[in-house]
Amino acid sequence: MSLLIRIPLDSAAVALGADDVAAAVEREAAKRKMAVTVVRTGSRGMHWLEPLIDVDGVGFGPVTAADVAALFDANFAKHPLNIGKIAEHPFMKAQTRLTFARCGAIDPTSFHEYQAAGGLNGVGAAIMIGPAQTRDAVLKSGLRGRGGAGFPTGIKWKTVAEAKGETKYIVCNADEGDSGTFSDRMIMEGDPFSVIEGMAIAGIATGATYGYVYIRSEYPVAVRVMTRAIRNARAAGLLGARVIGSDHSFDIEVRVGAGAYVCGEETSLLESLEGKRGQVRAKPPLPAIQGLFGKPTSVNNVITLASVPAILSDGADAYKRLGMDRSRGTIPIQLAGNVKYAGLFEAPFGMTLGDLVMKIGGGTRSGRPVRAVQVGGPLGAYFPTGLFDTPFDYEAFAAKGGLVGHAGIVVFDDTVDLARQARFAMEFCAIESCGKCTPCRIGSVRGVELIDRILAGNSGPEQFALLDDLCSTMRQGSLCALGGFVPYPVTSAMTHFPEDFRKNVA
Amino acid sequence: MSSYSAWDEKHAGEIIDGLKSTAGATLPILHALQGAFGHITERAVEMIADALNLSRAEVHGVVSFYHDFRRELPGRHVLKLCRAEACQSMGADALAAKAKNALGVDWHGTTADGRVTLEPVFCLGLCSCAPAAMIDDKLVARLDETSLAATIAKARA
Repeated sequence: MSLLIRIPLDSAAVALGADDVAAAVEREAAKRKMAVTVVRTGSRGMHWLEPLIDVDGVGFGPVTAADVAALFDANFAKHPLNIGKIAEHPFMKAQTRLTFARCGAIDPTSFHEYQAAGGLNGVGAAIMIGPAQTRDAVLKSGLRGRGGAGFPTGIKWKTVAEAKGETKYIVCNADEGDSGTFSDRMIMEGDPFSVIEGMAIAGIATGATYGYVYIRSEYPVAVRVMTRAIRNARAAGLLGARVIGSDHSFDIEVRVGAGAYVCGEETSLLESLEGKRGQVRAKPPLPAIQGLFGKPTSVNNVITLASVPAILSDGADAYKRLGMDRSRGTIPIQLAGNVKYAGLFEAPFGMTLGDLVMKIGGGTRSGRPVRAVQVGGPLGAYFPTGLFDTPFDYEAFAAKGGLVGHAGIVVFDDTVDLARQARFAMEFCAIESCGKCTPCRIGSVRGVELIDRILAGNSGPEQFALLDDLCSTMRQGSLCALGGFVPYPVTSAMTHFPEDFRKNVA
Repeated sequence: MSSYSAWDEKHAGEIIDGLKSTAGATLPILHALQGAFGHITERAVEMIADALNLSRAEVHGVVSFYHDFRRELPGRHVLKLCRAEACQSMGADALAAKAKNALGVDWHGTTADGRVTLEPVFCLGLCSCAPAAMIDDKLVARLDETSLAATIAKARA
């Protein structure tokens, strides 16, 4: 019998040497004339242990190519890198894995493995109950858009379903550009069929027959795996003229972005798909009414779509039971930056920020004290440890002047300079602004100049008032979340870390 | 290492013809042309405009909007360093300064010997193992001074 060794193909694992490990395993097996089958999988999300290899459910990590011979010598049993049963690891056991249940455990491009692990139950249920009840189930589950805006998915689908038009589209927004976030990348690399199944369900629910997955060009592995999975899904009959034998028709193609952060904004993404500059559109009309090529379009985030199959297969109530207040279900939280146990942790809404950073994340990687965390990407607020009692919940974060966004947490130790971070937020906005509206295009440049003047120390309190004023103009006057949200990191840095701005002020 | 064909109008025409009937064809065509020739030539802009019934200004507008598209050939190797927050929290700014210094270029610059182009990137999705970089199509995580120096030395060799 052949020994099955699972090695991640996930970008994070590959960047840490997984390809070299896989090659070393093949080499070592050949040398020892042992029958070994290497299967490349997604990542389990314990990135401090990557490359983490899986032999019959037992994990070894972090493995380097140099460790491979010794692992063979130990017969993949007693070895210092043995972490025990992966499923029993405390980091895994503390999670509620719905969306990421299969990620890391199966061959992401094997339709057979997907189906054997519970795949297709969601789309099967959707076909059985029909479009209206599918929309109802998603509405009742309380699922909200995981891209950051938190808009109820069921309402969006209802709007598209009721919009007039022969042609409708599902667009999967896989332009995950926020620093500190990688859940879209991980699911596309580790369980792409769940995204495809979610899109097929969205098609059934709304009457759309065609879908696009718009993936950022910075994710070449995700593009490759997703493209192959779509081909396999078509061959297996999940996509095509008759979705798993039903009367519903649905197909998908992958489109690749070109390095513009703003294309993560849905209307800008649609412009880009149409072959234009990725400039934001004014709303209304909503994309649900007049979206891609002027047709009713549901633009949904990758994780939103990947969450749908479980809702259909296990029922809306099971999903709704998890979470708190108006944030229902689970959310894949990404622990990033200067954090000891960095990776992906899926849990119901409601855990406190402090528990996530200190208990799950284990504090900083550098070993120094945590000073600040930024939640929600480059447009998210900087929170001090004083706000660590904030529960992970859309409304609770908003009440503290922050946002959950795409649920990435970037941890900084006490060497961080928050005035520099505020300056970077404005600089980033200036680089990535699409240029359509004045507050964002000009405001961000003025913001950088203002912060530079404050940091140079040759200015009085009027510069702070001016920066406050500028932030308020950008927040209220910008067309989209880029200019509209960049005040979050800036004003939160000024509010919670004023000393960093006053170092040089006379 | 990036190896691109020299500009070949016939080949470019075939690429454009193969893609021009896809919906919203501009980006797929630009990606394919840049993949083949390493950059978007002025002649390519004219040919795309002709094929898609657009003005040259419109095509130029698309090319210039997106960071990925180049109007000039890059160096033999392209080193992308992540500048985003998660990488900053692990010292990316200091590494970027070292890289600029070692290569003698600023962002978007190419070394005098044409070996290396240095580019910023805003997030490779490797935020859990920062700082991150990409040399040609190879991802590198937990970059430090030693691995950066080794990467640069290899690219310049």
